Amino acid sequence: MKTFKLVLPVLLTAFALSATTTVHAQSKEQFVPVLSYRTGPYGPNGTPWANGFVDYLKLMNVKGGINGVKISYEECETGYDTARSVECYERLKSKNPSFVQTLSTGATFAITEKAPGDKIPVVTVGYGRSESADGAVFKWNFPIAGTYWVAADTILQAIAKKEGDWSSIKGKKIALVYHDSPFGKEPIPLMQERSRIHGFELQLLPVTAPGVEQKATWLQVRQARPDYVVLWGWGVMNSTAIKEAQATGYPREKMYGVWWAGAEPDVKDVADGAKGYNAVTIQHGAEPNSDIVKTLLAQLHSKGQGTGPKEEVGQVLYLRGVMSAMIGIEGIRAAQERFGKGKVMTGEQVRWGLENLNLTQAKLDALGFKGVMRPISTSCMDHMGAAWTRIHTWDGQKWVFTSDWMQADEQILKPLVKATADKYATEKKLVRRTGQDCQS
Amino acid sequence: MFYRENGQFKTSYPQDQQIFPIAQDRVFVVLLLLVAFAAVPFFASDYMFRAILIPFVIMAMAALGVNILVGYCGQISLGSGAFMAVGAYGAYNFFARVPEMPLLPALLLGGLCATAFGVLFGLPSLRVRGLYLAVATLAAQFFADWMFLRVKWFTLDTPSGSVSVSNLQVFGMSLDSDVSKYLFCLTLLVVIALLAKNLVRGAIGREWMAIRDMDVAAAVIGIRPMYAKLSAFAVSSFIIGVAGSLWAFIYLGSWEPSAFSVDQSFRLLFMVIIGGMGSIMGGFLGAAFIVILPIFLNQFLPMVAGLAGFEISTTVVSHAELMIFGAMIVWFLIVEPHGLAKLWSIGKQKMRVWPFPY
Amino acid sequence: MAFFLETLLGGLMAGMLYSLVALGFVLIYKASGVFNFAQGAMVLFAALAMARFAEWLPQLTGLTQPVLVNLIAFVLAGGVMFMVAWLIERLVLRRLVNQEGTTLLMATLGIAYFLEGLGQTIFGNDIYKIDIGMPKDPVMAFDHVFPGGLLINQEDLIAALIAALLVALLSLFFQKTATGRALRAVADDHQAAQSIGIPLNRIWVIVWCVAGVVALVAGMIWGSKLGVQFSLATIALRALPVVILGGLTSVPGAIIGGLIIGVGEKLSEVFLGPYVGGGIEIWFAYVLALLFLLVRPQGLFGEKIIDRV
Repeated sequence: MKTFKLVLPVLLTAFALSATTTVHAQSKEQFVPVLSYRTGPYGPNGTPWANGFVDYLKLMNVKGGINGVKISYEECETGYDTARSVECYERLKSKNPSFVQTLSTGATFAITEKAPGDKIPVVTVGYGRSESADGAVFKWNFPIAGTYWVAADTILQAIAKKEGDWSSIKGKKIALVYHDSPFGKEPIPLMQERSRIHGFELQLLPVTAPGVEQKATWLQVRQARPDYVVLWGWGVMNSTAIKEAQATGYPREKMYGVWWAGAEPDVKDVADGAKGYNAVTIQHGAEPNSDIVKTLLAQLHSKGQGTGPKEEVGQVLYLRGVMSAMIGIEGIRAAQERFGKGKVMTGEQVRWGLENLNLTQAKLDALGFKGVMRPISTSCMDHMGAAWTRIHTWDGQKWVFTSDWMQADEQILKPLVKATADKYATEKKLVRRTGQDCQS
Repeated sequence: MFYRENGQFKTSYPQDQQIFPIAQDRVFVVLLLLVAFAAVPFFASDYMFRAILIPFVIMAMAALGVNILVGYCGQISLGSGAFMAVGAYGAYNFFARVPEMPLLPALLLGGLCATAFGVLFGLPSLRVRGLYLAVATLAAQFFADWMFLRVKWFTLDTPSGSVSVSNLQVFGMSLDSDVSKYLFCLTLLVVIALLAKNLVRGAIGREWMAIRDMDVAAAVIGIRPMYAKLSAFAVSSFIIGVAGSLWAFIYLGSWEPSAFSVDQSFRLLFMVIIGGMGSIMGGFLGAAFIVILPIFLNQFLPMVAGLAGFEISTTVVSHAELMIFGAMIVWFLIVEPHGLAKLWSIGKQKMRVWPFPY
Repeated sequence: MAFFLETLLGGLMAGMLYSLVALGFVLIYKASGVFNFAQGAMVLFAALAMARFAEWLPQLTGLTQPVLVNLIAFVLAGGVMFMVAWLIERLVLRRLVNQEGTTLLMATLGIAYFLEGLGQTIFGNDIYKIDIGMPKDPVMAFDHVFPGGLLINQEDLIAALIAALLVALLSLFFQKTATGRALRAVADDHQAAQSIGIPLNRIWVIVWCVAGVVALVAGMIWGSKLGVQFSLATIALRALPVVILGGLTSVPGAIIGGLIIGVGEKLSEVFLGPYVGGGIEIWFAYVLALLFLLVRPQGLFGEKIIDRV
């Protein structure tokens, strides 16, 4: 009891102190909140992404900022939990963030409801709501460079190509092993649409999060003997799936993963057992020889300023973090072109910048992404900007590209996006933006 | 000395039976309510509302519900997250499907859905006791997890399974500002706390406590175990269901089934144990502790590290939070196994006899 | 028919893996009446220790022979678990003697959070590999009886054998050694055991140590199967139905319960699952355990609950 009496006043004063610590917004710096998860079941996959993201921000500061405006950032641990992500968002909101990247589809749904009121654009490179590509309804969402429907579509295209063409896929069986969450369910509408059009059978096999026990799922795969398995998992579910596939003898060459199921943490423990496993990439793959990687190593890691281990630089998820950060920064830069170079941009202004992003190949090459990325050009109606993907395959040691550049089929994608976006608009009583609204 | 009830004579039955028989208590509670309703809205920042006050109020309600089941009736339940989920989705379905459904009835109907679910999954308590019951209630938790992911009807057939609500209005006033949300939740909390306190003081409450202490003896003297246990489950699930629907509608705004996972159940149980089982106040204290501790640690640890001169990564903070949380729970249980409410009553007792030691 | 047998076999083996974890629960409950919610965290902690030691040993000492490295890592991790057991007894259990069951339960939950945080702080939170040379490819047996052969997962089979061996060793320990007898005496009646001079504190340390080693073996096997990362702690939630079905106080109950739950889970998921959309394993296991409990409220092999009024 004695120690209790001593400890209690200390705790109370500490609490009072920390409660009065005001969050001060730096007026001369552009603030970027980093919602990341480095712990929990998805930590091993979230950590390289966060490292890449932060490294790119640091690189920007080393290069003098965006037209002289330096970037300040703060990381907040969300643990892939929606409530914690929302809490992080609320806490960092007062610092005038330029944009928010949630790295979680669940959190994207929640923050999409809050962002318009707070005037903060939500950038979701390769995740989030697929229908948010429709900028006329989703003014504040930017799923730049690709959404889940793009991924699903191009995976099916790759499968069709392997069989010959779309007609050869008729009568085949494709199983979707997916994470039982909004993230995992995203591709289902598009895959059902394609299945209807081309006549292949789609089998849906949900895996309860976090996906450590998949024996029953893969026994079902063994019984059904699908021609292909599409893996839509995140975190430990991916490596478990590949291990179970090996244990039930399902050929890994017939497996195609989404871009969140095709990175080093998913396969490096299985090594040769994952040989032949394919995954779709959102433009970039593992690019250890690219210019941006060389720059990051030279400017940051060789000086001891890098976040995370050096070996990670150039890996798939690390690069995705770099790309996500780059897209956000270019959005700020584009905003500065209109609203004042060298000035700190508000969330609204950054939104305009993200909506008018024009990353030509020349610009991308200059930034160091030569051969890694293809041009991205957003507009008022199209917040996605590009739909380029490739397939890469694990050869036991590293990821190797095994396909050309592919694009999602607009004929299928656009109507689906519009229909789903319309449904959202009627539910929320929103009016579709017209040409005039786009000028702001 | 401060707390003596000298001179306070009760001259009528209502005076004798009131909830706060001591005048100082009444004054304190009135002041507290005044501060909560009138003063806090002026002084609290946006962040305080969204991150601390609103979650605290809603969790206090949920902890109240759990306390009725676990603390007063002695049935350990690890399925509280499921009851919150059923309340939330029930309220959502009534709100979204019935045109022009007002908010308050939707929330209460959600609570009634949770009641039905709670009574159904409370049936095993008639046969199974103690730890076995605790693990059996996990069946409710995982079943609810699965049901809301798989049965599309509950989420209005959205492909993703994520639902959201907006444009909430109660009695014509819209609930878009933080202050209005806070006041709405607080009002509901005060009403439910009053009802719970009176239930617990009455015959049903005494039946629950008899079942908790020795259910065979209670049956012998004529208390029907089925009625008592199931009513505990029913009342408790109703309160937890309303709290769950508030959590979803007001705090989250947009949610998916993983918001009500087994972690939430454990959190609620922690609140009850740390706050003090078998006391209405315990729910409040426990909720305050569990809601505020992570946020406090999140701010405090980097500050301490900054003072000591080194920067710590979010990973370290996150792990340290886990460790400190675990250590504090163990420490609390060693120091005061009956929870914060017991500490509170010890404090009151000390104030009564001060300056004498006993 | 072949597929049904495959599922059955798969279920039996999965069940044995669950019972490995369930053993830890049963041991501690038997000897000290504490339901150890920290068992999952202990499995994670032990597995992390072993994985990281196996990684650091070649770097620090230059030994590279995998068998030797794994063996030393196992022994070191066992030592770490002994220390953890001793600390838990010293700092937590000793101060909570005679408290009610729910208090102890909550204390173990607190310990669980603490161990999870500590393990990841010390050993890191990436996915780590435990490579004990388990064969990863399946074996197709009986292909003269069933076309294509019956799928047998070698890794699971070896794991099931290890679990059976562990149970046999534990049974020997309990029946034949003096310490084992003392443990059984304490499980029967604390006060009586104390009155004949059995040191309760030491017995509890021993029990938690044994549970720690069981956690280490479980962690090693599950870690070899899944990789050592945070979700390993959630395996405990899958093992809980096994514990309550088999009875909280029975070691053979843990095994039989494990087999029943494993088979029930897999058969339900594979044959019932497709009709309801899939993903029913977890709650089905709990509902199955619940149904058994309704018939026998103390579990299949548990001690009958006697109420003295």
